[in-house]
Amino acid sequence: MEFFVAQILTGLANASSLFLVACGLSLIFGVTRIVNFAHGSLYMIGAYVGYSLIQVLPGVVGFWGAILLAGIVVGIIGVLIEMLVLRPVYKAPELFQLVATFGVILVIQDLALIIWGPEDLLGPRSPGLRGVVRIMGEPIPKYDLALLVITPFVALSLWYLMTKTRLGVLVRAATQDREMVGALGVNQAWLFTGVFGLGAALAGLGGALQLPKGGADLLMDFNILTPVFVVVVIGGMGSLPGAYLAAIIISVLNVFGVTYVPQSTLVLMFIVMIVVLMVRPYGLFGREEVAGEHGQVGEPERPIKPASNKARMIVGAGLFLLALLPIFGSSFSLVLATDVLIFCLFAASLHFLLGTGGLVSFGHAAYYGGGAYVAALLVTHANTPMELAFLLAPLGAGLAALAIGWVCLRLTGVYFAMLTLAFAQLIWSLVFQWGDVTGGDDGLLNIWPAEWLKSTSTYFYFTLILAVSGIILLRHIAHSPFGYALRAARDSKRQAEAMGIDTARVQLFAFGFAGLMGGLAGALFVFAKGSVFPNELEIARSFDALIVVFLGGVKTLAGGVVGAGFFKGIEETLLRFEYWRLLMGLLIIFVVIAAPNGVVGSLRKGLERSGLIKAGDQ
Amino acid sequence: MKRKSFLKGLLGFATLAAMPIATIANAQEAIVIGEINHYKRMAAFTAPYKQGIELALEEINGDGGVMGRPLEFIFRDDQGEPGEAIKIAEELMSNEGAVMLTGTILSNVGLAISSYAAEKEYVYLASEPLADALVWSAGNPYTFRLRASTYMQAAMLAEEAAKTDAVTYATIAPNYAYGKDAVAAFKDALTRLRPDVEFVAEQWPGVFKIDAGAEVQALERSKPDAIYNVTFGTDLAKFVREGTDRGLFDGRNVYGLLSGEPEYMDPLGDEAPEGWTVTGYPWQDMTDGPEGEFVAAYQARYDDYPRIGSLVGYMTVQSIAAALEKAGSTEGEAIRAAFEDLTVATPMGDILFRSIDNQSTAGAYVGTTTVRDGKGIMVDWVYKDGADYLLSDEEVMALRPAE
Repeated sequence: MEFFVAQILTGLANASSLFLVACGLSLIFGVTRIVNFAHGSLYMIGAYVGYSLIQVLPGVVGFWGAILLAGIVVGIIGVLIEMLVLRPVYKAPELFQLVATFGVILVIQDLALIIWGPEDLLGPRSPGLRGVVRIMGEPIPKYDLALLVITPFVALSLWYLMTKTRLGVLVRAATQDREMVGALGVNQAWLFTGVFGLGAALAGLGGALQLPKGGADLLMDFNILTPVFVVVVIGGMGSLPGAYLAAIIISVLNVFGVTYVPQSTLVLMFIVMIVVLMVRPYGLFGREEVAGEHGQVGEPERPIKPASNKARMIVGAGLFLLALLPIFGSSFSLVLATDVLIFCLFAASLHFLLGTGGLVSFGHAAYYGGGAYVAALLVTHANTPMELAFLLAPLGAGLAALAIGWVCLRLTGVYFAMLTLAFAQLIWSLVFQWGDVTGGDDGLLNIWPAEWLKSTSTYFYFTLILAVSGIILLRHIAHSPFGYALRAARDSKRQAEAMGIDTARVQLFAFGFAGLMGGLAGALFVFAKGSVFPNELEIARSFDALIVVFLGGVKTLAGGVVGAGFFKGIEETLLRFEYWRLLMGLLIIFVVIAAPNGVVGSLRKGLERSGLIKAGDQ
Repeated sequence: MKRKSFLKGLLGFATLAAMPIATIANAQEAIVIGEINHYKRMAAFTAPYKQGIELALEEINGDGGVMGRPLEFIFRDDQGEPGEAIKIAEELMSNEGAVMLTGTILSNVGLAISSYAAEKEYVYLASEPLADALVWSAGNPYTFRLRASTYMQAAMLAEEAAKTDAVTYATIAPNYAYGKDAVAAFKDALTRLRPDVEFVAEQWPGVFKIDAGAEVQALERSKPDAIYNVTFGTDLAKFVREGTDRGLFDGRNVYGLLSGEPEYMDPLGDEAPEGWTVTGYPWQDMTDGPEGEFVAAYQARYDDYPRIGSLVGYMTVQSIAAALEKAGSTEGEAIRAAFEDLTVATPMGDILFRSIDNQSTAGAYVGTTTVRDGKGIMVDWVYKDGADYLLSDEEVMALRPAE
């Protein structure tokens, strides 16, 4: 019993930072509909700023003052980010802003490295709260007790702010229907800025408050991000009580998981999330997304049409030149070109889902890495010949996609995206954990192509043929009746169903097909590299593809491929610089602001305006 | 659709740019070594490592280089991604004229390069990755490893543990390959020496995601005589803090793998654990012999003290230089053959690259932690020769795939 109580107290104390960061994120999403991936970075800055302030401010007052000040400083940084980066892109297509926040993450990572250096900083102790108190004989750190008091206090203050003040009324109104709030004469721009600042301040406060239990380091931004998203989704996006309850559930469950199933630490919260979303598709306290979201935000998408003969000739000539690469390029240029081609196919498969299908998947790496792992497992455990592994890998990935899609497609919008992410994490942790079969994070080694494909140039041709055919096939399907049905389901589910299209089935097949093509890219990858590791299944890999697709242009057919080639090329160049993340982040932010329709979309608009191509010309 | 051709153009351009601008022969004809590491992702570890390399290069080139030619390292960042590292490996070997590869800290990246090296017949000296698989279950003729492996260091701690009368052990290790290997190795080595010990709890926090309070409670609940710790970095800091607060370490023997390395101990400041038996690098007390000379030279050159990474970087260059001198050639096959049974004089003493598994016999320093002047240090330490902590030849042969 004593042990039980002590565990619950530990869990509640752990919930503190999680809740502060999560409620900020939830607040921001509720009002601005921005999925703020930079929220973990704000938490990290809070920790670093708090650390620096505590060094200069002495004593008990100085300690708590520094924590409060850290929150305020991060709040101001949040306001700046909102005004400089996000405000220009509110009109961009849905979820485009999350790419901008990803740019912010990269910038903050390098800035923190420049300012605070690479070494982990151990958080200072809270003066007067060192040591433990014995509760029913179990030692409980005094600072944990302080957190147990502070969190409900912050939660209550927020509740008061939201229910009893005019600002709260406006925020709640905007969460329900922001167009209506705008129509009633409320200055939305400042409301958004204010809410973003408040959310950022809460994240900063969370970062500073955890200092005595941990410290500040450069990995904490990504480390907090997943649990925070899980909490927000379980609680219901936009719901503060939901975030509070979910933070407690996750933290307490985690403490018990650590004791009774120590190996579970990686998967537990994702399983909870999947279970909750299966029972309550919009989280514990979330609301179904508002009907105003019908169709897509922004200008309507133009009808697509096949490429003109001229365009075909130009692409053909480009491919011909590429095919000559083995003659004039070095062996490394072939390796690089192979990498880029594989990534283009991967991005194109996600683009098919995102652009043509309107289904935003945050977990596409599951099929890319999944394909790679299917091939690698077959070769390692069944001595499968490479040719057969190549055939089975995309099929395996496609089947996985069908199964996962079948579950996820019950949801829509952000919840759908988060559920795909949860499943991708589940597969990742399965591979990571199941060392006997998958090699864990030591991966599977020596997966080399068959003798006839061994040479770098042969493998380059092999990749060229498969990747280009894959991309053409994806493009072709967009023009097929199936593609039309898929786009109909995307643009108006109700109308599509009224016309007799089984939208659920169409979307499921699209999901499976995109997974299949992702799996093909994965199979190409594993035989090119000769080994595969769980990081090909990580969230970061999903986001690599997501970002290039958005930056290339979701609403253009060539967006995925062009974005992938363009940004892979730039990354290859930038990587040679010391602070390449800073440069890459700034570049992403610049593209987001300068080309809100993506590189391809904005280029097309520019050309149309200058009269170089006719409107509607592909 | 024109954008697609634009892409192809760009691609071609990128590849052209990446090709050697011109294979202008370096006037000095330097011997180039390709070094791949996680410079951004693990900056706190790679910076001292790189300084160690540069110190050794300055010394060697000051003495006339290797075979009369200067030795040069090209440092490249792989972001901690195995796929990226392989691409860079190819670039270094086929574009930059590197004669062999070295580097990496993360085991998975090391394993990826190792597999690629064997396929392409490039020589790879794995400097810092610790995975046993690198030379044993996934070993290959082209991969050599410098540092004392997970098994070797765990066996050194197990030897110390076997001397005590502790019977019940609890372990805590990050939930990934290194943590699992480290626990398995410790168990294996300890039960060989003391068949009566019992492992009563195993905790597996996610790497850098420790829930320290809960882990400490769970360990306390199993009431072990001794604890074996593999956590490191921020996890170690949180674990030590919660454990000290909650009295977990009181009256218990604690063994910490790598916990005594300055990279892990220094961030803890005066909260560094006291009385733990650890492997690490007690540079503070090194004044004599080759180890003292290295510490002095490093401090004179950088106005900073060496970390274990600095020593490894330094020894990496020494090993490569020795192999090249022995080979008398920059041909891959000659270098590979030279590494086998190669003896190198290093600050740790003479080390040997065993031909049986390509593992060097570099050892580790084992001692007890204490806090002095607000900093964790190691006292009563000894250097344990790696050669004494390897599996028997028969076991190694059984593990290593047929060559």
